[in-house]
Amino acid sequence: MRPILLHGHTRSLTKVKYNRDGDLLFTVSKDAKPNVWFAHNGERLGSYDGHNGAVWDLDVSYDSKRLLTASADNTCRLWGVESGKELFRWNTRTAVRQVAFAQGDRMALYVTDATMGQPSTIWVVAIEEDLENQSDEFERKIIINGPKATVASWGDLNKTIYTGHEDGTITIWDAETGEKIKSVKSHDSVISDMQWAPDYGYFITASKDHTAKIFDAKTLRVMKTYTTQRPVNSAALSPIRPHIALGGGQEAMEVTQIGGAKQGKFETRFFHLPFEEEIGRVKGHFGPINTLAFAPDGRSFASGAEDGFVRIHYFDDDYFEFNYEEESLTA
Amino acid sequence: MPSVQEQEHRGDHHEEDDELLDIDFSDIEERYRVDMPTGYETVVVVDNTPKVGEEKKDRLLNAIKKIFKDIGDIKTIHMPMDSATGQSKGYIFIEFETVEQATQAVKLGNGHKLDRAHVFAVNRFDDIEKYTSTNDEYVEPAEVPFVEKEHLKSWLADPRARDQWVMMKGDEVSIYWNNKSEQPDLDHSRSNWSDMYVSWSPKGTYLATFHKQGIALWGGPTWSKINRFAHPNVKLIDFSPNEKYITTWSHEPFLTADGEHHRLAIWDIVTGRQLRTFAIDAAVAAGPEGKQKIDWPMFKWSYDDKYVARLAPGMISVYETPGMGLLDKKSIKVDDVQAFAWSPSEHILSYWTPESGNIPARVSLMRLPSREVLRTKNLFNVIDCKLFWQQSGDYLLVTVKRAKSKKATTTNFEIFRLREKDVPVDVMEVDSVLEVTNIYWEPLGSRFALLAMEGTKIVCNFYQMVPAAAPAAAKGKKAGPSVGDVALGVKLLKSFDAKGTNQIIWSPKGRFCLLAGVRAFQGEIQFWDVEELVMMGSGEHYMCTDVDWDPTGRYVTSSVSWWRVQTDTGFIMWTFTGQQLAKQAVPAFKQLLWRPRPPTLLSEEEQKQVKKNLKEYSKQFDEEDAAQTKAVTREVLERRIKLWNEWAEYRNRVHADYEAAADVRANIWGFDPDAKQDSLPEESLEEWVEEVVEETEEIVE
Repeated sequence: MRPILLHGHTRSLTKVKYNRDGDLLFTVSKDAKPNVWFAHNGERLGSYDGHNGAVWDLDVSYDSKRLLTASADNTCRLWGVESGKELFRWNTRTAVRQVAFAQGDRMALYVTDATMGQPSTIWVVAIEEDLENQSDEFERKIIINGPKATVASWGDLNKTIYTGHEDGTITIWDAETGEKIKSVKSHDSVISDMQWAPDYGYFITASKDHTAKIFDAKTLRVMKTYTTQRPVNSAALSPIRPHIALGGGQEAMEVTQIGGAKQGKFETRFFHLPFEEEIGRVKGHFGPINTLAFAPDGRSFASGAEDGFVRIHYFDDDYFEFNYEEESLTA
Repeated sequence: MPSVQEQEHRGDHHEEDDELLDIDFSDIEERYRVDMPTGYETVVVVDNTPKVGEEKKDRLLNAIKKIFKDIGDIKTIHMPMDSATGQSKGYIFIEFETVEQATQAVKLGNGHKLDRAHVFAVNRFDDIEKYTSTNDEYVEPAEVPFVEKEHLKSWLADPRARDQWVMMKGDEVSIYWNNKSEQPDLDHSRSNWSDMYVSWSPKGTYLATFHKQGIALWGGPTWSKINRFAHPNVKLIDFSPNEKYITTWSHEPFLTADGEHHRLAIWDIVTGRQLRTFAIDAAVAAGPEGKQKIDWPMFKWSYDDKYVARLAPGMISVYETPGMGLLDKKSIKVDDVQAFAWSPSEHILSYWTPESGNIPARVSLMRLPSREVLRTKNLFNVIDCKLFWQQSGDYLLVTVKRAKSKKATTTNFEIFRLREKDVPVDVMEVDSVLEVTNIYWEPLGSRFALLAMEGTKIVCNFYQMVPAAAPAAAKGKKAGPSVGDVALGVKLLKSFDAKGTNQIIWSPKGRFCLLAGVRAFQGEIQFWDVEELVMMGSGEHYMCTDVDWDPTGRYVTSSVSWWRVQTDTGFIMWTFTGQQLAKQAVPAFKQLLWRPRPPTLLSEEEQKQVKKNLKEYSKQFDEEDAAQTKAVTREVLERRIKLWNEWAEYRNRVHADYEAAADVRANIWGFDPDAKQDSLPEESLEEWVEEVVEETEEIVE
């Protein structure tokens, strides 16, 4: 099927994310203007105006009413999804890299960058139902000594926080005490993405070391490894099929004029999850893919790239018909 | 042959990690050990001098000084006297200024006849001690127990007659069995096996690895060490065609026993003996234009390893193996000789000399050891010649570049027919718009390919040598619209635009060839059948650096080496028709080399028989292949089933954990977030689509 191209950003995409119902797609980029789109036809619903710098991350609440954005303008902001109005703002000393609602949407975390003498820090804040009571005080602050955190998210039941770091380590923190529970270094380079399985048993990471890996959430044991020839910027788990999608490509600055898109390999690559075998590729972007997301129903996916485009691809019927014989053979 | 710079480049990336591969060179080092200076190395001892009294001492010393006067200044001279008899003791010490002078004094003075009774014995002072300490008693050498060596050609006995290749990836060197499109089988693998690159001997018997201390050769079923040649920092090697000898080269000179600085050594492979070393100063090695690239191989072997020849200014020096002495004790004097080449099947040397004064440029053929000149051909206005021998030595093609006007040049071919009486020469003009890049002879055939530039366009031509009798016949039926008739005896088969090509690689069995654009080009490969003159297939291996045939001419590998390109290294395996069999991305891939095969032992008659009965054989092979594929498929299937079951089991466990915490979760949310959503009211989406049905324009007054 023809992809839907979303033109709306003037700079490279940093994150795309569906709401829980899958009817809306939220996108943020380095152009300071988060957008929301109808996922089924790519029509833009609106934008969230106010940031003064690149927006690095976003999260949307379970009920699709509130949106959190993390920006390089030293703010983390809460928006009304429908109104497009800024509801609240946390001012920080450095750029905000990551943001995530906790389960229940009554808490959130954001991560500030290690620059200007500030350490990389995880801030846990309460989110009030009634904005009158909303405070800019933090509930908890976890200072990360060592390589800075590049990705962060909540573990199941808000008991833990998982961070991925610049040097390829993954750390589990106790969300209540702020203590480090476990840390492993299974990647050789920056971890650029971390996405959870729906039941929080495992998650997938993408790394500049050209691989994506699936980790068991409890033990941080590497369950699967997917190797490519280019840095991987994003990795997503299909909610309905045993497949994963990887996006990445040669760093824009390293791509030569002659080689172009061919050499850069700006493709979304699909792998069979248990077999670790490649099953397909989707081309189209002419810059590295920075972010990928499966629609919650698993029938489409969105990709955002360095070229400033977001593409929504609906799978053809034969994608759903495709099956390894072995999947039905049980010994 | 790779250039020297890149090999140095290769060498740079290795860490000094010698302990992993402990090659013991100590015994060789012992054999070629250079003694540390003792302080007496400039002193020689002259024995068997007349015993004289004090009165004759000065006369004798003067006579001796006279003998050695040409060598250099004598620093001191001392004649010990026997105090009991008042006579001299019959020997004299002479100290020279330099070691070289002392060496020369030994050469010159030893055996000098002063008179009938006194024949001098001159030795280095340091040696005297060595000789006197030698035990005079004969000690029978201990018998070395016979150790059976491994069969060096064992790989040829593979039941499926598969070929091998060696692959270098990072610091790891591995030898694989080729399995067509299936995964190759690993035969042997070692880390840090070579400090630079690896190389096969021409018949595939030995694998050569490079080390700081020298070269090591490996082979046999267990890849044990066969021999090693101590040559510090060796950079280049060259095997003789029959794997009897090996030439090694290092940029850094080593010190010989005679105290000279040498860079090149020739060795006997089986015994490991160093046959001869050569100084070769760096300026000569660097080539006439002062380029850093040295002309390698510097010593060219005759087809049967009997002679090895080298170009020197104004002469060709031919050495005879194994003694490595000059053939007939003198070099072949050829004034201003520019280049030479051996016939690949006979003891015939070809060489050319440029114009000088009234003498025209000349291409000559000389038979050895008789030094009889078989044929010369005079040429005029020559700028440059290049010599291309056909592999079986039937033809020698010389490309002659001439000045047409001040700027333009033209090229023509002079083709020597070695198999015919008096060696007739066909002359063929090449279209003057073409600038010839290279010539490629078909191995075991009479065709050749030409790659040329026409402006910026790349042109490829295929030619066929016509047997001597044929041209006349061809001339008779001129009516046909043949593309030939370029010259008598050479027929142009096809000429076409070969965009993106900079190399032609013939199949080792002839008939098929590849047109490839490698290194500076994009990596396009065309697969040609020159018999039918059709392109059978084409492919692309982006940024590909090397393209090679397997020794049987059935497979082709194209590869991207990390030495030249640092992204997407790896290789692609193709069939000879251009069908892609397998693509492998190998990080830090450096080198893939097919193991050469020795020539077949079947007679021509037997080969014909095989060809005739090919159908029967191929049936059997097809069955074997099918069985192999089936086995592989089953293996893959079993692996997948195992993975699938393991994953399903893991998923269930994880999901059970999640379900178990359902209450806690509901507490956090205030509801069950995983409840099925059908309780929610049905949402209907309305979409407005506007469509212009008709558009009319009216002007309203």
